[in-house]
Amino acid sequence: MSDVKAQSGRNEASVMNRSVMTQLLVDKLKSGEAVIGGIGNSNFDLWASGQRPQNFYMLGSMGLATPIALGVALAQPQRKVFALDGDGSILMQLGALGTVAAEVSKNLAIIIWDNGLYQITGSQKTLTSAGADLVAIAKGAGIAQSYWAFDQAHFESLIERALVEDGPWFIAVRIDAEKPAGVTERDPVKIRLNFMQGLGAKP
Amino acid sequence: MSTSQTNETWYAVVARVLKANKVTLVAYVPDNVLAPLIKLIHADPDFTVVCPAREEEAVAIVAGAYMGGRRGIALMQTSGFATIPNALASLICPYEIPLLMMISERGTLGDFQKGQAIVCRTMRPVLQSLGIEHFAIQDMGQLEFVVDSMIKQAFATQAPAAMILSPLLTKRVAA
Repeated sequence: MSDVKAQSGRNEASVMNRSVMTQLLVDKLKSGEAVIGGIGNSNFDLWASGQRPQNFYMLGSMGLATPIALGVALAQPQRKVFALDGDGSILMQLGALGTVAAEVSKNLAIIIWDNGLYQITGSQKTLTSAGADLVAIAKGAGIAQSYWAFDQAHFESLIERALVEDGPWFIAVRIDAEKPAGVTERDPVKIRLNFMQGLGAKP
Repeated sequence: MSTSQTNETWYAVVARVLKANKVTLVAYVPDNVLAPLIKLIHADPDFTVVCPAREEEAVAIVAGAYMGGRRGIALMQTSGFATIPNALASLICPYEIPLLMMISERGTLGDFQKGQAIVCRTMRPVLQSLGIEHFAIQDMGQLEFVVDSMIKQAFATQAPAAMILSPLLTKRVAA
């Protein structure tokens, strides 16, 4: 891509807000796209954005939002699937990026909220604070369409592309350390049944 | 090894029973014992095969596929099983997801690797403490019934199941 902005690294990306960007993303979903919210603030802000039936809230299993999304994408190749996860979470399961690349998951997009912190456990620094660049890692794992969202408008244009063009996509967003806009109701079985109903799944 | 009646191998029986139960997504981290089953499944276009980097990924992929309406199974060896208790305890068990696992049992009955032998002893206590249905299949006479009925029970009860392949099934020379 010749777009200079798209070639920017983590240091050039504007710092945005997870609640605002989650709402922006969700507002663009018009075709029953599935969304997997990763552990902690990623799924809390997804919950706060409105409880769509096609949302799944992952309350534990840190690092597994992307492989869950890959499984959904494999089961329903006609549906776009988004994984929303934090920098600390994806750092635990970097191999999953290689798996997504190897599967050439056309209907999968991974969105990473990167504030360089394990925010929910007391804001200890993650490796991205020490210089690890998740977009470079994703590209190195084989996901060619890996971008830093340079600013809000760029984020919106990347999401709009991910909704219509083949993936896999990896979109990283630098975010602040603001608290999430809500907290997910913790009822795992209800979450799963609502999600499966939202996807029309009958395995 | 094969049965005297049909000459069907253990891995051919497993593949056949998986298909009969519409379990067509297979995610695995490889193992020598599982190698012939893996080879068979790769060669069969009825199966979709995913090869993740870790067993945790395989668990999550199969869980996601189930929620999307597709049946799958995660294949691993005992040392791989030892890497997934958190995924079982915080994803599979609380969300009541019928995760099928097929685990080749290493570290017992003649294994020469001390690490395998030690990690093997953690498998059953973990399965028991999480309340996960499990059974070690020891001979061809049990195989089809156990695999078929464990799959059916898992989906009927929304509960995970661990089918353990004992060396008695996979390594013992036929009498």
